[in-house]
Amino acid sequence: MDYLAVVLLEILYMIAFLALISAGLAIVFGMMRVINLAHGEFVMLGGYATIASSKAGINIYLAMLVIAPIVVGAIGLLVERLIVRFLYGRMIDTMLATWGLSLLLTGLVTLIFGNTAVSVPAPIPGYQVGRYQMGGYNLFIVAVTVMLVVSMWLVLRYTRVGLIARGAMLGPDIVSALGHNPRIIYMLTFTVGAALSGLAGGVLAPLTGLLPSAGGAYIAKAFITVITGGAAVVAGTLTTAGLFGTVNQVVSFASTPVIGEIAMLALAIVLLRLMPQGVTGRFFRNST
Amino acid sequence: MTRSGFGIGRIRWNWFAAFSGLLVLLPLASETNTPTLLAIWALFALSLGLMWGYAGILSFGHAAYFGLGAYTYAIASFNIGESTGPLCLAILVPMVVAAIIGAMMFYGRISDVYLGVITLVVTLILNRFMNATAGDAYRIGNARLGGFNGIPAFPILNLPGEPDVQIFGTPYYYVVVACLLGGYLLARFILSSSFGRALIGIRENELRMELLGYNVPALKTAIFAICGGLAGLAGALFANWAEIVTPSVFSLGQSAEVIIWVIVGGVGTLVGPMIGAVLLGTLKIMLGMQTSIDNSLVLGAILILVVLLIPRGFAPAFVAWRGRLLQLQAYRRHARGTTRRRLHLKEAE
Amino acid sequence: MSEVVVETRDLSVHFGGVFAVNGVNFSLRERELRCLIGPNGAGKSTFFKSITGQLQGAESSGQVLIRGEEVTTWPTYRIMRLGIGVKTQVPSVMNGLTIEENLWLSASRTNPDAADAIVEEIVAELTLQSIARRQVRELAHGQRQLVEIGLVLANKPWLVLLDEPAAGVTGQEMQRLVAIIRRINRTAALIVVDHDMHFVRMLEARITVFNQGAILVEGSADSVLNDVRVREVYLGNRAR
Repeated sequence: MDYLAVVLLEILYMIAFLALISAGLAIVFGMMRVINLAHGEFVMLGGYATIASSKAGINIYLAMLVIAPIVVGAIGLLVERLIVRFLYGRMIDTMLATWGLSLLLTGLVTLIFGNTAVSVPAPIPGYQVGRYQMGGYNLFIVAVTVMLVVSMWLVLRYTRVGLIARGAMLGPDIVSALGHNPRIIYMLTFTVGAALSGLAGGVLAPLTGLLPSAGGAYIAKAFITVITGGAAVVAGTLTTAGLFGTVNQVVSFASTPVIGEIAMLALAIVLLRLMPQGVTGRFFRNST
Repeated sequence: MTRSGFGIGRIRWNWFAAFSGLLVLLPLASETNTPTLLAIWALFALSLGLMWGYAGILSFGHAAYFGLGAYTYAIASFNIGESTGPLCLAILVPMVVAAIIGAMMFYGRISDVYLGVITLVVTLILNRFMNATAGDAYRIGNARLGGFNGIPAFPILNLPGEPDVQIFGTPYYYVVVACLLGGYLLARFILSSSFGRALIGIRENELRMELLGYNVPALKTAIFAICGGLAGLAGALFANWAEIVTPSVFSLGQSAEVIIWVIVGGVGTLVGPMIGAVLLGTLKIMLGMQTSIDNSLVLGAILILVVLLIPRGFAPAFVAWRGRLLQLQAYRRHARGTTRRRLHLKEAE
Repeated sequence: MSEVVVETRDLSVHFGGVFAVNGVNFSLRERELRCLIGPNGAGKSTFFKSITGQLQGAESSGQVLIRGEEVTTWPTYRIMRLGIGVKTQVPSVMNGLTIEENLWLSASRTNPDAADAIVEEIVAELTLQSIARRQVRELAHGQRQLVEIGLVLANKPWLVLLDEPAAGVTGQEMQRLVAIIRRINRTAALIVVDHDMHFVRMLEARITVFNQGAILVEGSADSVLNDVRVREVYLGNRAR
């Protein structure tokens, strides 16, 4: 019985993890059709911002929930102004340029922070489920993710800002028709997406030692979650996070974590092949 | 029309001979270890450049076939005593895998972005898988897969039929150069055939080619497989050079590097990607010898700058240049004609 | 009675919750020239695409037959190989190649040995000699339309489908276009989809009128263009 509880908790955690690291990329892809291959590095930078400020004495929660998003959001703004805004509409070129950016950021962080892992302890202790010891911090991550997803949905659905954002998804002419400058909206969207990635990185920082190359692990999973999700930002990401998280954990439990990860990647290929517009291109078409 | 045109000039045999001669004489002037590696990278870049520049297929995970070639060679040479079989397998296996994946994508009408994603994910799968194969349980025949440590000390290339005569050092350099030149000639041959012309048409307008009755998915799968095989050959040659294969051959970094080589050298030519590989490869080796400037940083900056500053990529820039050249020739012809007519009129007066 | 070369039986195409084409029974005879007209959204383009096999991913029922062979599920290139030429709404040509190279690609698929000769023939026929070596992307719209027609002809098709060939052409070019269509009609059947009523009248062909996914009326140019229902459909209400 407690084994089942553990499995379920692990699945829940995996789904939340995927949704959390994908949120920033989902906003940017869903709204602007921009595939930011440096997204993993944004998450990594959020982690470094958190660890650095925590080591400087700032409260860990402040560091991860406030500092990290602000720092990475600022970096995102810089990136948008200097690189991304010249490449709108050119998806392959954007992928290439952001891939270059990811290499650049990795190299830069290696230069600044060196190649040894840095870490910060998890602020929440573990707890017992029957005979098993669970990480309490994981529950915090799930909680943050839930709050994030819910607020994203509420903002997009029920606020004026959200309306403009959803209009932007349909095209720059809609945004202009609503009386706003599309370029500014895209700039803000990219910045918000970066900030969310930074938030994810901050929240995940206490989990393991952080290396400059950590971005690579995040980008792959976030990428497939978002692309197979399709255009709907919240519904798409949730659906595929749910699918992949479940498959990953179930297969992991049945064999090894590596096979679990491979199963997830293989499922992504199958989904993309069958539904090139993403899951929400085929089902749940009118969701947010 | 049948031998030139379509943006591909005829082979300048004198240049080719001169260049080949240079390559042959190189060992007299320098060591061959680095040039061998550069030639291998040039072959790898050629395999991507052929597909991307002429058929319009950009794979974000071309390192998958490079890696498959390397691993196939290593595993096969442990199991088969002699190296000729393994080398052939190292070309065939990536070719077959590429054919399968290509067919899945092209018959499914996957568009460029999703093509990029799928090819990326395939490389990731291979990378993850190979990284996790540590321990005795993971072996194919006599070869232990070795996880992230890879497979060391497999039998290297030997003279066909004589397993005890190994090829390394300067003789191996010649083998690699022969493969590179052979690969180049193969690419040229393909491009001047109607298959190659059809690929160029597909790059320009896939829908129109399909409306003309060309079996577009089959043609794309074919070139994808051929380029996979060429990349596999480069991978096998790399395995022999390094004398060890590790999962880094499947890394995202490796896929990124080859794309950067091709894009810097010039998408839309055959020679460009090879030059890009040699230049950036040399840069990478030089950077590797010091620690103050990181290789990733430099490559990343280069990629960003190239994408931003060459609007719409190299190929259209090349094509526009070619168009202007044709116009210039036409103008010259016209000018000569007018001058002649004016002269005739003068005489008639 | 000449053979029926294109036929659809109860063809319906359904996407996004709408029947773009609804139970259409259409037939075309050998070397017949037919015009397809109808207001926007009437289903002409969808119907057109279902004949050329370009509707991957849409749900369709019914049959499309070409020279008696059922091609409903065939991929585009296979259908085209039966000897069909298609000109799309937006000129679909190889922009980065020259006119000659474009035509060569078309001619060489069906006639690899005679390809060069066919290219020359078409260039002469369409009087494109002066620009034959220019890249298509540098040409004016009307010239590009001509190149596309050349692409269609180079294959020597027995059935030609033209989607809005008169779009954006000048008066003089339109005369030329009509002449070319009549010349094609000597050896091939044609289906021409267009909005330009002036152009349609000039063709003097049998007309099929589409409306809301179905065939409203079919008949000679005169009878159809004077039909009350057709006027209603174009004017949108029961105005006289």
